Amino acid sequence: MTDVLIIGAGHNGLVCAAYLARAGMDVLVLESSDSAGGMSAPRTISDDYRFPGLAHATYPVCKAIRKDLRLDRYGYVAGTPIDTIALDASGQHLVIGGNTVSGGELPESDAGAFPSFKSQYLEFARKIQPLFLNKPPRLKNMGSADLKTLTRLGWNIRMGLGKEAMYEFLRVAAINIYDVLDEEFQDDRLKGAIAADAVMGSAMGPRTPGTVLTWLQRLQGELNGPLSSQGGAQLVHALTQSAEDAGATIRFDARVEKILIDRGKAFGVELADGEMVKAKLIISNVDPRTTLSKMVGAPRLDTMFANRVTQIRGSGVVGKLNIALNGLPVFDGLSESQLGNRLLVAPSMRYVEHAFNHSKYGKCSEHPVLEVTLPSLHDRSLAPEGHHVMSLNIAYLPHALEGGWEEQKATVAYKVISQLGEYSPNLKSLIVDHEFLTPLDIESEFGAVQGHWHHGELSIHQSFMMRPLYGAAQYDTPVDRLFLCGAGSHPGGGLNGLPGRNAAKRVLELGGVK
Amino acid sequence: MNIDHTHFRQALQRTPFHDRYAAMSTTEHWATWNTYKVPYVVDKLSTEYFSVRSGCSVMDLTPMEKYRIEGKDAFAYLDRLLTRDLSKLRPGRVTYVAWCNDDGKVIDDGTLFQLDENTYRLCSQHHQLDWLLMSAAGFDVQVAVETHDIAALAVQGPTSYSVLTAAGIHGLDDLKPFGIKDLQCNGFPVTVSRTGYTGDLGYELWTDPDNALALWDAIFAVRGQYDIHPIGLDTLEMVRIEAGFIMPGFDFNCAEATVRNGYDRSPYEVGLGWVVHLDKGHFTGRNALVAEKARHAKRRLTKLVVDGNKPVGEAFIYAGKNGKQVGEVKCTTWSPILKANLAIADIELRNGKLPQSLWARFDYQRELKWNTAWAECHAQTKPFYSPEHKSATPPNPF
Amino acid sequence: MTQKNYDAIVIGAGHNGLTNAAFLAKAGLDVLVLEKNDYTGGATVSRELYDGWKYSNCSYVCSLFRPEIYNALDLGRHGLKVVPLTASMTFKQDGDYFGSYSNPNIRRRELMRHSQRDADAAVRFDADIMRWCRLIRGFLLRTPPDPGSFKPRDAFEFAYLLKKFYELSETQIYEFIRFFTMSIAEYLENYFENETILAHYSGGSIIGTGLGVYSPGTAYVLLHHAMGDVDGNVGAWGFARGGMGAVSGSLASALLSYGGEIRNESEVAQILVSGNKATGVRLTSGEEITAKTIVSNLDAKRTFTTVMDEKDVPPYVLERARNFKIRGSSGKLNIALDGMPTFPALPKDSPLTLGHMHFTDTLTRLERAYDDWKDDRWSADPYCDFLIPSQYDPTLAPPGKHMATVFVQYCPVEPDGGWSDVKRDQFGQVVIDQIADYSPDFKDLLLHAEIRTPRELEDEVGLTQGNIFQGELTFDQLMFNRPFPGYAQYRGPVKGMYMCGSSTHPGGGVMGAPGANAAREILRDLGKPDTTPEEFSDD
Repeated sequence: MTDVLIIGAGHNGLVCAAYLARAGMDVLVLESSDSAGGMSAPRTISDDYRFPGLAHATYPVCKAIRKDLRLDRYGYVAGTPIDTIALDASGQHLVIGGNTVSGGELPESDAGAFPSFKSQYLEFARKIQPLFLNKPPRLKNMGSADLKTLTRLGWNIRMGLGKEAMYEFLRVAAINIYDVLDEEFQDDRLKGAIAADAVMGSAMGPRTPGTVLTWLQRLQGELNGPLSSQGGAQLVHALTQSAEDAGATIRFDARVEKILIDRGKAFGVELADGEMVKAKLIISNVDPRTTLSKMVGAPRLDTMFANRVTQIRGSGVVGKLNIALNGLPVFDGLSESQLGNRLLVAPSMRYVEHAFNHSKYGKCSEHPVLEVTLPSLHDRSLAPEGHHVMSLNIAYLPHALEGGWEEQKATVAYKVISQLGEYSPNLKSLIVDHEFLTPLDIESEFGAVQGHWHHGELSIHQSFMMRPLYGAAQYDTPVDRLFLCGAGSHPGGGLNGLPGRNAAKRVLELGGVK
Repeated sequence: MNIDHTHFRQALQRTPFHDRYAAMSTTEHWATWNTYKVPYVVDKLSTEYFSVRSGCSVMDLTPMEKYRIEGKDAFAYLDRLLTRDLSKLRPGRVTYVAWCNDDGKVIDDGTLFQLDENTYRLCSQHHQLDWLLMSAAGFDVQVAVETHDIAALAVQGPTSYSVLTAAGIHGLDDLKPFGIKDLQCNGFPVTVSRTGYTGDLGYELWTDPDNALALWDAIFAVRGQYDIHPIGLDTLEMVRIEAGFIMPGFDFNCAEATVRNGYDRSPYEVGLGWVVHLDKGHFTGRNALVAEKARHAKRRLTKLVVDGNKPVGEAFIYAGKNGKQVGEVKCTTWSPILKANLAIADIELRNGKLPQSLWARFDYQRELKWNTAWAECHAQTKPFYSPEHKSATPPNPF
Repeated sequence: MTQKNYDAIVIGAGHNGLTNAAFLAKAGLDVLVLEKNDYTGGATVSRELYDGWKYSNCSYVCSLFRPEIYNALDLGRHGLKVVPLTASMTFKQDGDYFGSYSNPNIRRRELMRHSQRDADAAVRFDADIMRWCRLIRGFLLRTPPDPGSFKPRDAFEFAYLLKKFYELSETQIYEFIRFFTMSIAEYLENYFENETILAHYSGGSIIGTGLGVYSPGTAYVLLHHAMGDVDGNVGAWGFARGGMGAVSGSLASALLSYGGEIRNESEVAQILVSGNKATGVRLTSGEEITAKTIVSNLDAKRTFTTVMDEKDVPPYVLERARNFKIRGSSGKLNIALDGMPTFPALPKDSPLTLGHMHFTDTLTRLERAYDDWKDDRWSADPYCDFLIPSQYDPTLAPPGKHMATVFVQYCPVEPDGGWSDVKRDQFGQVVIDQIADYSPDFKDLLLHAEIRTPRELEDEVGLTQGNIFQGELTFDQLMFNRPFPGYAQYRGPVKGMYMCGSSTHPGGGVMGAPGANAAREILRDLGKPDTTPEEFSDD
């Protein structure tokens, strides 16, 4: 019998598989589609145009994972560092690097304040890193590992930051990015760009409390290295190799319908075709709502726990638009060499907030927030000679659009392209083909409930020891021998692989398959 | 149920039997039960008490919460909801049940009636629709409140069988304890179950509210032949303690309504271990109860006979006279039929066992003067009072 | 004239200033309260602005006022009489309404009328809210510990907080954190399903805040309105007979009985500092009064950016004061009525007109009201808390006439282009129109309306930007962060200078706790016996 069965070959499933295989376990990964990677798997349209998965500009994967799984040996390299360009309607674009900001007639005070601001928040991110690299501690009945995590966290914050920085950290940790940025900066473009990063992927606006925390979560990625042009494909490839080399098997086109349980103990899964696969441990990389409500089912869980699963919030608000182009678009005020950067349409915090407002009521804003990359500038193989691929993340698109997506999908895509067309006059004329994944499509395509990137909102009440919900926050669930390892678990999404790694560590801590 | 928006004009609802109660009430001493107006005492407590133990008592049960549970998954649903193994329950039978929250703390107890293959009625002490619906996720089952749509009457006491037969309800001869039968009374249908909360021979009658008064009148029509009395909550409190029945929300806190940590109770702690079947498969609270079972129980609701005849009232329990305080009395009564002081007390256990010597220390009043007394207590495992005639089938005629 | 030398000067005769002064005077200090207006009470006040009518024109209900303070200052004997408010309700757009009646049986049946499930869920909800109230109430009359300090007292206080948390079960700890960080709408959705019930219970959580019903952190604000008690009825609101002025009146009476003094029309221009020590104050008249202890009941922003000289304030404090979040979000209407308005949706004998009346029956309407405020507009469809207190307090209006008070959420600090009297009246009209939708004769009965936007609240009472809590109740401004990290223990940056307003822990609401807590710290520094009360234990 297989020791460990992992449901879903998304990057977290692969990380978990690789770790456990390396620990000597017999690991089988069941993937419902025909390729690994889930949301980070590359996509192809019109045969010749290849696109990164949902993530099209990423931070390097967690250093520990890179080392432990020898990813570099399997071909993983951090991509070319890129900057972020905050697009401005009048061509006064801002170029935002890791620690610098320039261009666009930025007020001097802002340009001067940015580096120290950024390094302070990176420092905050670094100090809370123990919380991300470990399983979330329980707050009562804690074990020694929990105590260690909390002690390190407390020490880092109190002694590591020092009194003044600690005061500042405790002040801002739970509030919104809007007030913090308003206090620090004057320039709308700069504030809009940072705010957009803080909220991207969440059903929150810059004014929503908790968005400093989501930004700190994003900055966890930056601790591993600068933002790069890389999508997730290379990481997935390296992870697959690493896992398989360690002895893990990946089976494709194997859709798990049901987790089999006897007397509170999971012992296998049932596939869509009725086949039963047994294992000593089941680990689900599928989102927690699907895992617990559908695959396990409320009847197998306690009433309140099952009810709390249904209360998990996480309605996707980001759509993906992949555009095949027969030439390189021109952006007013941007040189050709700058086009390889990440372009942001988020000209002010109010703009972002307005875009968010509409989604609250099931509508799409006429003025969405856009995150644009041209991956073919970094990898010529993605498109035919002279052609290019453009990848857009669009916020905020409601999962449940009033009137339904079917009728309005084309209109929304057209509006987005028109919106970007205001910055790039020749864009429309270059379009060969496109693919538009709404949150509804992301749901049906990748199985993530409501199409949420992170399998669940990264709000404070769904973070740390409450992610995805208490009672299953340490990766083990109330069902004996069933674990979670996906983005729905702590510390959430992004291509960091930490949920997969932490889950594997937890499995080993609890004695593996014994 | 349709509630008119002018309901505020009458704070307390009237049950379908209320007019009869009101006509017979000499005390006008009313209580509130689930927003209904019900009597504490109708006329005289001792008369009412002895009607349960020596004659026939009638009590309005309409305010008791009643839920109809039906659907393909009704059994599976109840199996997951309740701690008890229901595999032996059959249509036409009733069983006593309890249910817990995720932490294995008792939410409420009640009686489960299997009316049909896939139809059940759950009667409970407290409001449970929220929990019952929450528990319904993932099951093909419908849960509906039928509290206000069914008039219910408890007819209890040694002569209850004879009274009902004389009142025109025939077919009770072979109705065993915990059985249900659909019968007729003077031309209208009435469902009779041989159940009750008195520990004596008795029946519970369920009918359409429109037939309520006719049912009452049919019973009271034989009052000339039999000693029949309407009773109130005060009598019920006495007889249920004699029978050793506990009352959630009074003898211990219901889990969902408990504010302070540790103030709720597991089934083991309230003496309901016998309705917990850990090996039946998954049910809510099972994980917590498995863990609890592995430890020594910390406390238990315990039935006590208290020496002497002084009213115990509110009392602490000590391990030995002047010993360490180990518990407190939750309910108490003087039992006229046993001529004994009875109490149910929450007592801390040592290594899973009761302290050997138990004493109660309590204050009692004589002509407005307070005195303190110590009395030795004797723990019981059986009901204080459980007459043989209770379970005879057919019941003894009078 | 020889100038009297006071032990302590309290700037501002708001309810916290008076509470603070009363405890100082009770400890034997010579205390002077300086008030810029010709009336006492600050925002806790009742004034006759229309002939024959008494308006409590700022704060309007009294529920949070700490019973410990009431007891310690003997306010009952000083004339405070609180009438419990009996009900609250929300009108629905379809002609129906939801009422929260004070009688538990009627309350339950009304819940059942809208949702049987919600009526049962209310049991769970009440127990959970009570649990959080019990926890939080234990922290109200205590000084928050300083996370930057290694002093034994702070360590002890942290240990106390930790102990309180550890009295909860593990599940309850997580539930509390969730409650503390969730939005009120999402929190309530854990219990209730009925849209009107959700909207009704959400309202209290946005009062006075710059947050919407879906903003994380608003569930907790519910406690700021629910943890009050009128003799054992937790969550009950009360109305002071004679209006809110009666609260400040009784406090002032207590203060005078302990030998304290109040001077009206004495606006403080500056706190005088010499050698990093507060030495006294200078009034706008130029008069200088000396005292060793200066206590500011003004909000933190005003205290440090207006009445203190920039050179006396450390740069950190100045920066924090400048950035102190104190955006007003509320408006207020005080209305004189020629008679009792009628509400066709309500039966004539309904007791619901005696309580709070609301007109927003969905969470979406409440959230949209917030969207307007985010864009510096007043809500086109605001959340209104409408009360007609003259029904049970005849001192407020002439016989047969009525006084109504409307608290309005949201109203911007400054609409686009700034406030003008015309805009103020337009804002008022939106509110009047909303009420008139449910009361057709309301407009005909309207004799006079005093319309107050954040501009008026700031100008008259001195609440910066019209924020009713003297600073927003967000995580960066709660507990040891209130008003600023490192300054949450009521002491100012110079020796002998203190803060006692709602800008300090535990914040706004007519509670009196900040005033009492500040007094405790002052008396401690002076080595005087503590006259402030400990919290009543509930165990």
